[in-house]
Amino acid sequence: MEKLLEILEEVKPGVDFENETELVDSGILDSMTIIRLVTAISDEYDIEITPLDLVPENFNSAKAIYELIERLSD
Amino acid sequence: MKTIIQSFEKTVNTFPDKTAVNDEISSLSYTELRDSAKRIGTSLAVSGKRKGAVALYLKKTPVCAAAMLGTAYSGNFYVVIDTAMPVERIKSIFAAVKPFAVIYEEELSESLNDIGFEGLSLTSAEALSAEADDKLLSEIQCKMTSTDLLYCLFTSGSTGVPKGTAVTHGNVLSYTDWFINTFDITSETIFGSQTPFYFSMSVTDFYSSLRTGAQLAIIPKKYFAFPVKLVQYMNEKKVNTIYWVPSALCIAANMDLFKYMKPEYLRTVLFAGEVMPVKKLNYWISYYPDVKYANLFGPTETTDICTYYTVDRSFEDSEALPIGAACDNCSVAVISEDGKECAPGEEGELYVGGPFVAAGYYNNPEKTAEAFVLNPLQSAYPEIVYKTGDIVKYNDRGELLYCGRKDFQIKHMGYRIELGEIENAALAEEGLKSCACLFDKINDKIIIVYEGSLSEDELLSALKKRVPDYMMPAVYKKLAAMPHNSNGKIDRALLKKEYCPQ
Repeated sequence: MEKLLEILEEVKPGVDFENETELVDSGILDSMTIIRLVTAISDEYDIEITPLDLVPENFNSAKAIYELIERLSD
Repeated sequence: MKTIIQSFEKTVNTFPDKTAVNDEISSLSYTELRDSAKRIGTSLAVSGKRKGAVALYLKKTPVCAAAMLGTAYSGNFYVVIDTAMPVERIKSIFAAVKPFAVIYEEELSESLNDIGFEGLSLTSAEALSAEADDKLLSEIQCKMTSTDLLYCLFTSGSTGVPKGTAVTHGNVLSYTDWFINTFDITSETIFGSQTPFYFSMSVTDFYSSLRTGAQLAIIPKKYFAFPVKLVQYMNEKKVNTIYWVPSALCIAANMDLFKYMKPEYLRTVLFAGEVMPVKKLNYWISYYPDVKYANLFGPTETTDICTYYTVDRSFEDSEALPIGAACDNCSVAVISEDGKECAPGEEGELYVGGPFVAAGYYNNPEKTAEAFVLNPLQSAYPEIVYKTGDIVKYNDRGELLYCGRKDFQIKHMGYRIELGEIENAALAEEGLKSCACLFDKINDKIIIVYEGSLSEDELLSALKKRVPDYMMPAVYKKLAAMPHNSNGKIDRALLKKEYCPQ
């Protein structure tokens, strides 16, 4: 989780990622940022995030993103 | 035909009930678009103001399209403002263009207050509530000429004072004549529109739709992060033609999207705005070998495009696509430092002449005089040409090749180097998603910033195989993610600020 928060901070500085739960719905993460984020976490965790995993629900909070990573790491 | 409005009305008469423009939630037929535009036009025209600027502080919706046309109906010109733009930058645009009116999104009224605008301000609903005054609007059209301004477009992403390129009705008519003929745009065309209305590329799909009866399907920006939805939307709207920035096309290649989901109606894929990495284009071609692909090239100052290349042969991943030849009704010349025409193979600056060349920078005589100059190749009469600042050369096939920006061309260890060439070499590498080369003048160092799975050492050894020693970057900086500006292009200004001491 620490590492993920670091990545998030690098991709989009100045957001309260620990508590925010509407990253996509409120427009905090725009499309380009999400694309960059996906690239960053695929590389960091060596997982393959397919287009099918790319749905807003998986990116609305750091927790949701972390769960996605865990799911794909198995 | 002297104005866009005349051309548009002809289309409305031919295709009154066809969809002109739509987004996820709303849609306007040609008749509805004209009626909305006339109402907005009337609410601006009653002010009595002509040839003035109207700021459109609106999101990319069919209503914004109606406001653009409405402004043209009123005999004024529009400036579309990015609704996500910081207030300070909006203020500097307002200072440059001095709008007499603003049409705004109701939810943005607070930001409008912060801007401190004091002229006529109307919400889009207010602007639409006027009764169309056909007599007044046709009197205005009668008096207009093709050299009247249609819009003013501010270049984004650059630092310092924004420059507003002033583009006329005649510019857009001439330019879209070429585009429509070259890419067979007809009433059957359905564009999937990616680029914002404050970006020159949107002029192309928007106005070529309005002139032919084609449909402009606005793609919600968020779908570019959720590509399955993007493809679903494109299929639902039967999008057959796209004109996108390469960064948007690369999304599909980078995540192998077509393995999971495919657009079903694509016939034409056009791109411009930045260099298209051939490796990513080859991905598209592998899934869509029969689609027509073309690389379009040009600045806002030539309306959108001045040269183009239709992909007619295959390219290796490490090759660069040509920018081809001048568009019909546009003239280009490659000019050396001393103002002479370059020999084939020799690098020089691209100059553009003809009716696509914009009127100049609004309220900015100094910058206008620097870039809109007399043709250095003839002095018999005053002929204005635009100096693009782009370095190009002809290859053996007689096609133009893009070498880089004049400001990116560097002198390092005695060599003249195009940073774009290093980027191209790097982009051919597996595991590299995007990159940008910078030059730190003060320390005389080439810096490469990139995104991908390659380690810095791996990129170094890969580059060693492809570029000479003097072109090797001294600094390798891997980013979790490349920054992009509001148009979706790599934000070079930001990278430069970050990594090069000024």
